[in-house]
Amino acid sequence: MVKDQEFLKSKASYCLDLAKKMGATDASVTVGHSISETVNFRNKSLEASDRSDGLALSIETYLGKRRSSISSSNLLDENIKTLIEKCFETTKITPEDEFNSLPDKNLLAKQISSLNLYDETRFENDKKIKYLKDLEESASSENQIINTESSFTENKSNFILANSDGFCDGYKTSSFTASCVTVAKDENSMERDYEFSSKRHLSDIKKATDLGNKAAKQTIRKLSPKKIGSEKISLIFDKRISKGMLSAFASAISASAIARGTSFLKDKIDQQVFANSINVIDKPDINKGMGSQNFDSEGVNSNTLQLIENGILKNYLVDTYNGKKLNLKSNGRSGGTTNLYFEKGNISYKDLMKKNSRNLYITETIGHGSNLVTGDYSVGATGFLVEDGEFKYPVNEITIAGNFKDMFKNIILANDLEFEYSVNSPTMMIEGMTVAGK
Amino acid sequence: MSNFFNKSDLTRQDADKLVSETLNSCDDGELYLEESKSESILLDDNKIKSSNYSSDLGFGFRAISNEVVAYSYSNEISKDSLKNSSENLKSTLKSIKGTYNHEIPKSNKKFYKDINPIEQKTLDSKLEVLNKVNEFLRKKDGSVKQVTASFAGEQKSIEIIRSGGESLTDVRPLIRFNVSVMLEKNGRKETGVYGIGGRQSYDDYLKNDNWKNVCEEAFRIASVNLESKPAPAGEMKVVLGPGWPAILIHEAIGHGLEGDFNRKKTSAFHNLMGEKVASDGVTIVDDGTIDNRRGSLTIDDEGTPTERTVLIENGILKNFMQDRHNARLMNTRSTGSGRRENYRHIVLPRMRNTMMLSGNQTQDEMIKSVDKGIFAVSFGGGQVDITSGKFVFNCTEAYEINNGKIGSPIKGATLIGDGPSILKEVSMVGNDMMLDPGIGTCGKAGQGVPVGVAQPSILIDKMTVGGTKL
Repeated sequence: MVKDQEFLKSKASYCLDLAKKMGATDASVTVGHSISETVNFRNKSLEASDRSDGLALSIETYLGKRRSSISSSNLLDENIKTLIEKCFETTKITPEDEFNSLPDKNLLAKQISSLNLYDETRFENDKKIKYLKDLEESASSENQIINTESSFTENKSNFILANSDGFCDGYKTSSFTASCVTVAKDENSMERDYEFSSKRHLSDIKKATDLGNKAAKQTIRKLSPKKIGSEKISLIFDKRISKGMLSAFASAISASAIARGTSFLKDKIDQQVFANSINVIDKPDINKGMGSQNFDSEGVNSNTLQLIENGILKNYLVDTYNGKKLNLKSNGRSGGTTNLYFEKGNISYKDLMKKNSRNLYITETIGHGSNLVTGDYSVGATGFLVEDGEFKYPVNEITIAGNFKDMFKNIILANDLEFEYSVNSPTMMIEGMTVAGK
Repeated sequence: MSNFFNKSDLTRQDADKLVSETLNSCDDGELYLEESKSESILLDDNKIKSSNYSSDLGFGFRAISNEVVAYSYSNEISKDSLKNSSENLKSTLKSIKGTYNHEIPKSNKKFYKDINPIEQKTLDSKLEVLNKVNEFLRKKDGSVKQVTASFAGEQKSIEIIRSGGESLTDVRPLIRFNVSVMLEKNGRKETGVYGIGGRQSYDDYLKNDNWKNVCEEAFRIASVNLESKPAPAGEMKVVLGPGWPAILIHEAIGHGLEGDFNRKKTSAFHNLMGEKVASDGVTIVDDGTIDNRRGSLTIDDEGTPTERTVLIENGILKNFMQDRHNARLMNTRSTGSGRRENYRHIVLPRMRNTMMLSGNQTQDEMIKSVDKGIFAVSFGGGQVDITSGKFVFNCTEAYEINNGKIGSPIKGATLIGDGPSILKEVSMVGNDMMLDPGIGTCGKAGQGVPVGVAQPSILIDKMTVGGTKL
């Protein structure tokens, strides 16, 4: 069983009391406990089981404007005492930083509403095994599939965040994740693809057979790929790739990147950065949301933020420290976005596919080719050539490249938004990017 | 060396007994105990932004029978906790019985010293170096707009207890010093990053004001990029510089030669043992035995002494990298490549220091032989799809080559290629093999481990360059 609130609270207040007693002017502490159990399958039989049970503690101590931190997994009182002593000694010799402080008291979360983030259902390993058997049975029904690997993870966590201004709160969360990776082979090639489902509540997990079927289908259609020539072509990004554009955007508007001047979106507030049909929203209070939270990692209340309104940048993601640097109040985004999404567009998936007579449909990208300082983007890609709305043949060993500044202004979104993950996007088209191939 | 039992109600005798009792009906497994102490100190935006110390302690208990691996970890070293883990393992393996393999090779060689680098330099003197870096770079040139510098240090102590009570231990120091600088000129911003490190004390790497060289190199890379033009798009010849560009070898070849993917036949290399996979003159080894290197290990995380494993010899595929589990199932021996990020993770076959050995041509000859292509000197990260064999990596410093001459610098672009065929496109191997500066971390299945790479300059006849200029 995951440790209860009382246990975590007692450890947190022990830490705060001790830090205060040693002379810290302020302190904050997070104590968490997490248990997760994973079962792995391969080719329809059990491959591994993995159980983890971990406590974690992190403490920040302040002496005026001086600050330092420690973290540990060892929660014995004696060890905590040694660590806090060490932390406070370090704080004393760390230089002052005028922006160091606990969050403003009046911004701290006051009421915690239930977002339904915890499902206490225990899914025994035997049931995980049954689920994975069904999944792999359907994943391997086509004879081109030569290898299947799948796993089911159940996680239960609890945490308390407390600081010396009296904030002390936390809550339990759970997650259930099923995933499947399949390998298909024909005379020309061997290809791999995947599908997964991750939810707060067990009952929302996709059906095992659907997950297996989908992974297999997605893998088989990649067989015997061709390489295409280098050209400018209209790209359509599958939902699992288009959401990555949002993650890059979120990193570029973090207050830390803005304050350091290392973002291509610095000084762009109230300016057009996306096509004027685009709206981007970050909503922390979605029921059962994978990214939902009652407060951020500093205890600051987080409300829904409209980041992009009709293409115009309205907000950065602000935490206390960088907010002070930028003269902005924290908007509860220490730790980043919550449930981030593009509002859906007004063209159907089918019409988007037919919008141009020739498109490249991207299903996977590899590499770390996003430069958030310049906005330059260049990654390896896999996908399909689409002609007149029909998938013609799979394509691989190509790269796609452009610059986010231009790409964002050329985005067209379909109307097929779904809330599956913590970052969600409809299918996306971007015109004018470069493909490098033969 | 950590004593894992002196603050616990669990004695070594209890642990030995429980390990033997749990594992004697299994094929393999061990109790892995780990204590790590680590620090990170970061200067950013003219200030000491953070100083963090962390300590971690825990165990991972593993039992293997046939193809099934059961694993359980906890950060509470106690009788109850180990007993729970044992029950958990037994319940997973209840219907599968094995015969324990007690054999494990021994060696007295050590490739680094038992030091704690964190304690070997005072916090004050670390802060002083970081502040000097900041001042030095900001004074150097008006275009410097941002400086980030950091120290990261760690000491990890491990003990492996096998069935029968055999115990194997290792103490592993690791440090890294990193500098990143952002320049702005005529409205353009570019960054340059450089770092050094390995398994010695901070001062072994920083003597003779070596921090200045790290600053100069980061500054040089950023300056070059300020002048960069859009990169070309399409297939062309590529000359790779020596040292760190060997992450091409790591991504393109290394991952595909790890034992697990080949046992499962999901690697593009699984049926190529003994076959020609590279041009004549190409020899690649994975070596855990180089003194003080980031990827070196005295013993791996299963207790096997590391070695120098020949992967490709003169173009022919010779060996895969193996941990005990995959080696047993493939009827071969462990190459000392079983690694894990920490006690929270299972062991996987991983790379250590992956190196292409020198040939006898010069970089000059390579450049001169290219009509149209690029010369890539430094890289960011890379990635591979081991099944299709396609891999990428990102240039952070590269130049055009026109008619045998190095031309303008080009913007960061991704290069993409095909692992099993790329080494057949290597037409020249340089005489200038160099080790990387000690900065690599390899990710696999969510686990990061420190690694090294090395190579001489090489000429690749055909690769796709992912620029924007057609």
